[in-house]
Amino acid sequence: MTKDKAYEPFEVDQRMVAHSNYWAGEMGSRFYITLRDKKKILGVRCTKCNKTFWPPRTTCVFCFSKLDELVEIGPYGTLETFTLVTYSEPVHPRKAPFVYGIVKLDGADTGMAHFIDEVDFNKVHIGMRVKPVFAKEKKGNILDIQYFKPI
Amino acid sequence: MSDRVAIVGIAQSKFSARRPEVNYAEMGYEVIEQVLNNTGLEMQKDIDNSISCSHDIWDGQTISDIGITDVIGGHLRNEEKVAMDGTNMVLYGAIGILSGEFECSLLMAHTKMSQTNRNIVNNDAFDPIYTRILGFDYTSAAALQAKRYMYKYGITQEQCAKVVSKNLANARLNPSAHNMGEYSVGDVLSSPVVASPIHELEIAPDTDGAVAMILASEKKAKEITDNPVWILGFSNCYDAHYLGDRDLADYMSLQKAAQKAYNMAGIKNPRREIDVVELCDAFSYQELLWSEGLGLCGQGEGGRLLDSGATALKGKIPVNPSGGLLSGVPENVAGLNRAAEAYLQVKGEAGEHQVGNVRIAVAQGHSGFCGQHHCVLVLGKE
Ligand SMILES: [Zn+2]
Repeated sequence: MTKDKAYEPFEVDQRMVAHSNYWAGEMGSRFYITLRDKKKILGVRCTKCNKTFWPPRTTCVFCFSKLDELVEIGPYGTLETFTLVTYSEPVHPRKAPFVYGIVKLDGADTGMAHFIDEVDFNKVHIGMRVKPVFAKEKKGNILDIQYFKPI
Repeated sequence: MSDRVAIVGIAQSKFSARRPEVNYAEMGYEVIEQVLNNTGLEMQKDIDNSISCSHDIWDGQTISDIGITDVIGGHLRNEEKVAMDGTNMVLYGAIGILSGEFECSLLMAHTKMSQTNRNIVNNDAFDPIYTRILGFDYTSAAALQAKRYMYKYGITQEQCAKVVSKNLANARLNPSAHNMGEYSVGDVLSSPVVASPIHELEIAPDTDGAVAMILASEKKAKEITDNPVWILGFSNCYDAHYLGDRDLADYMSLQKAAQKAYNMAGIKNPRREIDVVELCDAFSYQELLWSEGLGLCGQGEGGRLLDSGATALKGKIPVNPSGGLLSGVPENVAGLNRAAEAYLQVKGEAGEHQVGNVRIAVAQGHSGFCGQHHCVLVLGKE
C-alpha cells in the first residue's frame, strides 16, 4: 500500500501555547484558601452516604445530594499505590526520577494523587504511612502541598 | 426501521511508526477508498451517514474532523465525530441505523501519534484544578493502576510480561501490525523501566494509521453481502474521573458495559459462549485486568487465565490474536481496529491469525486514563 513517492515529504511546524486560569469553584476556592492560609486539607462529607471525598465537590457521586459540609482530613494518610517515574517531560514540575503515589488521607474515602519524596526509592510500599510537606512559598495550586513523605 | 445492524466491510492501514508521506486526509482516504471498493458501494449513492473518530489535541485542531471532512463525504450529508475510542463510533453508528434515520453509515478513525508528544497530549486529559499541574500522563497513571492491581491480586511481573510475549508473537501473523517479534519474559523485563512496574516493551508504541468500516441496516446489508457480520450487543459505561476516586484494581465500568452488551446479545455464559476477544492492551497488565472485567475469568484471576494458555492463539478463548495494541495501533483508532479484527474473525478472514471457527467475537475499547470509560461490542454470524 505504501508506494514510493516521487517527492520529499514536507513538515509544517506548529506550536500552541495558551496560558489559562481556571476558577476553582465554591469547594475548590475554600479548599485552596484554607490550604494556603492555614495549611489544612479539606474534604467534603455526604452525611447521607457517610462518605468523605477529596477533592471536595458539590455533588455526591453516589446519591447525587448537594454537598456543603467541608471537613478537615489528614494530614496523615496511607499510600494506596505508587510508581517510580524514570522519564522527564516539560509538563513535569520536577525532574525524574521521582515517585507518584495515591494517598488516602485519614478521614477520607477517596485518594489524592501526588508526589512522594524524602524516601529511599527501594523502601516505598503500599500501606506506608505518609504526611504532607507544605511549600514554603505558596503558589495557589496543588503544589502548595509540595509532596508527601513517610512519617 | 431496522431490527438489526450489520458490519458489511472494513479496511485497515498497514500501521506504521511514522507515515511522513501522507497527511490525515490522505491516510483516511486510503482506507475509505478500499472499503468502498471491497463492498462495491458508492459514496454519493449508498452512504447516508458519516462518522469519524479522532482527537482534537492529538490532531492539534478543535473539531478535528475538519481535517478529513472531504474524504469522508462530510460536505454531502450529516457527519459526526466521536471524540472517544473507536468502539464508541460503532455503538453510535448502530444506534443511528436502529433508529431508522440511516441505512448505511461510513465510519473512519484516524490518528498520527508520530506528529506530537503523547505524554503532553494526554496530560491534558487530567482535570486542571487539582491534577494536571502534577504532570501525569497515561503511562504514569497506568503505572499506578498496574501496581495496585498486582498488589491486590498477586499478579506477577512475569504474567504481565507474558502478555507482551504472546501478543508480539501473534503480531507476526498479522499483516497490519508493525511491532512484532519473539520476546521472552526475560527480554520484556530487561527492557528499561519507564514507570515502575511498567517496562518499555509493555507499552503500546506510537503508531500512525486509520481504519474504515461500513455499517448497514438488515435490508441494506442483505443487498450488499451474503454473509454480513451482525452487531448482536453493545454498551458503554463511565467511571469516576479522579485517580483517587476508585480502587484502580477494579473495573466497575467495564463490568457494567460487558453485562449489558452480553444481555443484549443473549450471552449467558461469556466463558463458554465467546470464541475470541480483541481488547485494548495499551499496557500489558490491561489485558489481564480487562479479561476479568469482561468476565472471561473471576476477579484477580487474569494472570492465571493467561498462564493456563486459554488466551493463546489456539487456546479456548484467544485474546488479541491480532497482537492487540502492543503490536502498534494508534490511540482513538484502537477500538475500531478491535471491532475490525473481531469482524475478520467472525468472517473467517483473519488469515494466519484466524483462531478457528468463530460464532461470537467480542471487541472492547476504552478511553481516558486507567480505563475510565469502556465500550463493549458483541459480533456474530447469526
Ligand atoms: Zn451521598
